[in-house]
Amino acid sequence: MTHLPYIIAAYGIGAILAAGFAVDAWLRMGRARRRLAAIDPRGMRG
Amino acid sequence: MVLGVDASAALAPPSRGGRNLHRFANPGRFLRLTGRVLPWLAGCSLVATAIGVVWGLCFSPPDWQQGDSVRIMYLHVPAALLAYIGYGSLALCSVASLVWRHPLADLAAVEIGPVGAGATFLCLATGSLWGKPMWGAWWVWDARLTSVLVLFFLYLGHVALVRAFDDPQRGYRAGAILALVGVVDLPVIKYSVDWWNTLHQSSSITLTGAPTMYVGILYPLIPCTLGLVAGFVAIVLARTRAAVMERRIRGLLQARARDEAAAA
Repeated sequence: MTHLPYIIAAYGIGAILAAGFAVDAWLRMGRARRRLAAIDPRGMRG
Repeated sequence: MVLGVDASAALAPPSRGGRNLHRFANPGRFLRLTGRVLPWLAGCSLVATAIGVVWGLCFSPPDWQQGDSVRIMYLHVPAALLAYIGYGSLALCSVASLVWRHPLADLAAVEIGPVGAGATFLCLATGSLWGKPMWGAWWVWDARLTSVLVLFFLYLGHVALVRAFDDPQRGYRAGAILALVGVVDLPVIKYSVDWWNTLHQSSSITLTGAPTMYVGILYPLIPCTLGLVAGFVAIVLARTRAAVMERRIRGLLQARARDEAAAA
């Protein structure tokens, strides 16, 4: 495969960015859900 | 009773115009709807992206001129599209925020900013990684590249501006105005390759004409694009969902503090 280091770097950056945003969103959502459930269980029903 | 306070009252829309919009974007309804949609959207995104990436990296042919570096396009093109439509949706949220004082639009705009900046950075980085072996340069001050760089700075400016005020409402307003002013960059990006002589190639895929690239290279781009767009939407929805809950928590804590102060 030609230009392999460039391809690996491009997909590496893509994977790190996507995973970073996804994990951050998931953790933030879980944290907010737990806090809201502790303060107001009624709020978890929307 | 403090716990009896309806937290969505803190997000209650004003009574003037855009009532239908508010009805369909009630924070409680938004949480219920996104709770159902989000797992499916994230699952579809993962499957489509995996299919597209494996297809693009392992089974699509190399380009006769670019060789295997054409495979960077499977990431670069969706990232460019996401940068573009991300800013478009940021502008729409800004309109909803300025015209209807839409509470969810404010939160969505705040959450779109960093994700859009990430997509624009990915577009610039993958473009640079493609440009070095193809053009012999990491960067050129070409109209397309420069206008996308301006878009990246607009995203960063929005992210910084909405967080720069003690009063979040003032931050939302300022961010919305910046986002709307920045919309002028979108047609410049789109038509930069037509208006100026650019090193960046003109569009290979248009709505009105047949694609100018070989179909064996084009087909893997479809699942990659669909998967990454679904992923972008899923991440923005998850972040907005978290922001709605965080705002609800702040509202409840403030109501509790007020009740305690009144009782004391």
